[in-house]
Amino acid sequence: MRQDQRPPARKRLVRLNLNGRWREDAVPDHLLLVNYLRETAGLTGTKTGCDGGECGACMVLIDSVPVPACITLAVRCDGRSVETIESLAAGDGLHRLQRAFHEHLGAQCGFCTPGMIMSAAALLRRNARPTDAEIREALAGNLCRCTGYVKIVESVRAAVDDAP
Amino acid sequence: MSGTVSSRGWPRPGVPLIDGIDKVTGRARYTADLDHRDALVGRIFRSPVGHGEILRLDVSRAQSLEGVVAVVVGEDCPQTYGVLPVAMNEYPLARGKVRYRGEPVAAVAAVDAETAERALALIELEVRELPAHYTAESARAAGAALIHENRPGNVERAVHHVFGDPEAGFAAADLVRDVHIDCAEVNHAQIEPHAALADYDPATGQLTMQSVSQVTFYLHMMLARCLQMEESRIRVIKPFVGGGFGARVEVLNFEIITALLARSARGKVLMQLTREENFLTHRARPQTTIRLRVGMRRDGGMTACECEVVQRGGAYAGYGIVTILYAGALLHGLYAIPAVKYDGYRIYTNLPPCGAMRGHGSVNTRHAFEVLLDRMARELGLDPFAVRRMNLLGAPTRTLNDLLVNSYGLPECLDRVERASGWRERIGRLPRGRGLGMACSHYVSGAAKPIHWTGEPHAVVNLKLDWDGGVTAFTGAADIGQGSSTMVAITVAETLDLPLARIRVIAADSAITPKDNGAYSSRITFMVGNAAIDAAQRLKDLLSEVAARRLGVRREDVHTAAGMFLARGGAATAVSFEEVAREALVGEGTLTVKGTFTCPPESQGGKHKGGAVGATMGFSYVAQVVEASVDEDTGQVTVDRVWAAIDCGHAINPLAVTGQVEGAVWMGMGQALSEETCYLDGLPAHASLLEYRVPTIIESPPIDVQIVESHDPLGPFGAKEASEGALASFAPALVAAIANAIGIDLDELPATPDRIVEALVARRRRARLKSAHETEP
Repeated sequence: MRQDQRPPARKRLVRLNLNGRWREDAVPDHLLLVNYLRETAGLTGTKTGCDGGECGACMVLIDSVPVPACITLAVRCDGRSVETIESLAAGDGLHRLQRAFHEHLGAQCGFCTPGMIMSAAALLRRNARPTDAEIREALAGNLCRCTGYVKIVESVRAAVDDAP
Repeated sequence: MSGTVSSRGWPRPGVPLIDGIDKVTGRARYTADLDHRDALVGRIFRSPVGHGEILRLDVSRAQSLEGVVAVVVGEDCPQTYGVLPVAMNEYPLARGKVRYRGEPVAAVAAVDAETAERALALIELEVRELPAHYTAESARAAGAALIHENRPGNVERAVHHVFGDPEAGFAAADLVRDVHIDCAEVNHAQIEPHAALADYDPATGQLTMQSVSQVTFYLHMMLARCLQMEESRIRVIKPFVGGGFGARVEVLNFEIITALLARSARGKVLMQLTREENFLTHRARPQTTIRLRVGMRRDGGMTACECEVVQRGGAYAGYGIVTILYAGALLHGLYAIPAVKYDGYRIYTNLPPCGAMRGHGSVNTRHAFEVLLDRMARELGLDPFAVRRMNLLGAPTRTLNDLLVNSYGLPECLDRVERASGWRERIGRLPRGRGLGMACSHYVSGAAKPIHWTGEPHAVVNLKLDWDGGVTAFTGAADIGQGSSTMVAITVAETLDLPLARIRVIAADSAITPKDNGAYSSRITFMVGNAAIDAAQRLKDLLSEVAARRLGVRREDVHTAAGMFLARGGAATAVSFEEVAREALVGEGTLTVKGTFTCPPESQGGKHKGGAVGATMGFSYVAQVVEASVDEDTGQVTVDRVWAAIDCGHAINPLAVTGQVEGAVWMGMGQALSEETCYLDGLPAHASLLEYRVPTIIESPPIDVQIVESHDPLGPFGAKEASEGALASFAPALVAAIANAIGIDLDELPATPDRIVEALVARRRRARLKSAHETEP
């Protein structure tokens, strides 16, 4: 097979607000958001842990709603706001969820952590004082293999109690 | 945070991981996150059949596809690899035969993923299919096709051990009972999928390998062997690793394949396996059947045990020999049993190879053992706690099979969980459908005899002290999330009486750090911890000399406290660590010291064949209570709460210990409740995280962890392992809780709704038959 037989890549211009800044990229139609974030934008905090929609390691916020970036096309984010783990720490300090996950050992290997924290961040935005059951429900799409989730619930609880 | 007060007399709530901030901010770089802008993309072509002879492999069309830079096949690597020197029977890419569906046959490196995948589709493979064996029973049957020519009956290893006099033991028993238990195969399912980044520099002939490994030294060795390269031209670096649980404790085919591709492409190749490929790579806990017989006196004292274990090992050796030896060796070390007979069979099958998984070898045997103890206790009208207390070891001791037991906190673990769970008040008084169960377990703190006998110490740690007053620890130990680098920092800081922030840890880079055997058998805390303390003590001795000169007192009159060197008895005579450090550098320059640890000979096991497996410096001990509810209509089991007490000798970082115990208990829960791989004619049918059912946060109960400190005389500050021992007691405690809740004795794991319902239906059928029989005239 020769190179000229290769189907032409289809790209379109996508303008989205990524972590508070607008940017514009030529994006192939089939490019998944997780690969756009990792390969095009260089933001590797968002992880791939499965073959599509199974584990939640790639959870990001699109217009404040938690969405697995591995089953979202980048072109669908045109005109929208996308937030990743890299956006959470404002200035010098950690976000209260990040501080709590750090101090309460909500992260062991850390691979599920960015997705877990993004799901939790979405929860706290819509519900400032969630119950433990609401915390569990909000994180049901995020798998962790290290903690047994005990310290993850404790971490989110600590972040809630730490609310300004 | 749970807090305990150590024998060292300071309160220790524990500390967060020293690399924790990188993890919560997303800054931590795992293998797939490393800079790979100039890397080719690797993909693997895998066998479509379970067992067959390769007749023709044609990669020429793939090779000539525009954008394909390298293609490698079995002929490119005539060297076998494997973790055990006596059982290296695997090629990174199949040669001559394929032995499981999904076995790597060829691999390509191309400019992008699409091209690499198109190239795979152009590879032509012709295979003459051979009869395939997907169960141990089929593989052991007379006339079965041989998976490896030199292994008659497809038996990879048979183990026969007898200690004491089992016949006399059974004769002395008041009750002898059997159990036949089947445990499904499970997978590590660590959340980070496998990945490797290999960079070959054709100008210098040097290879840099970054990978998800738990065993960078073994990877280094196997790369040199398979690529026929000088070890000194290879550098192996472990970036952040997203969990292991044993998945990465042996060198894996894709790692060597990535290096072969990089050398062939004369450049850089990134290989990322899919989740499905992670299940194909496997190396986890084998499907196991256990036939166990125990003899017991009326008072609950055990007189003998006899155990046969059959493990469905998969297509290659891997750690198999060690797994089948552990399954027998760790019948010992938890209780005092006067006689133990063990027969183990590790069987080759045409399935992905099994390997080591958390609680390596011990988990399924322990499950059967504890389940049988529970049933016999019931039959004798004894409390299950009382039966355990009847069979305690007296430490220090050596077990029948010559394992060293210097510290033994099991009695206190039993007391703690009995109290915390309200066992005495609640057992037998819960409503129908709700039950309590308990069980015990233990695990080694590192294998005392190394796999490769070189005469080196078991662990080496280097410390560097420089002009800035900072101490950098260099260790080859692989931090995979368990917190080993934090452990090293704490042991050094405590020994030197410095704040933790003053210690930096550089880990697992073969160009910089001393060699280390890796993160397995829970060896790091015990071995590397001791080496770190040794190094810190040497540095402290050296600095104390300088401080003594400075303070004008004798060396033995100098002591340390909170970053200061003090002269005994005089408050005014103190000098700061920084000042001493600067003075120590005069005429010397940067200071480096080395600490080592060697497992004492008496910890290295008995002289009998296989006697090194199970031998360790100290065992962790765990007692666990599980409270569960069973829905008798749906068969759904819900774990309501767990209490686990661990004797980890001394908790160097109590926060990390509780985290490890929670994780181990919960991983045991996954195996007990819902996790099982499944193959249809050798084709993995549960090769995703949807079908392979890891518990979500919804099913996961609160876990109450208690730390018991038995202060092992050989342990670093008295510590032993804390990460594996708690796994094995969950499943039997759950099965006991199910029996307590609904009177069903389950012989299979996992306790899925279909298995529970089947048992309930069978019970109803038996009851109907019995009443029909009784009403017959």
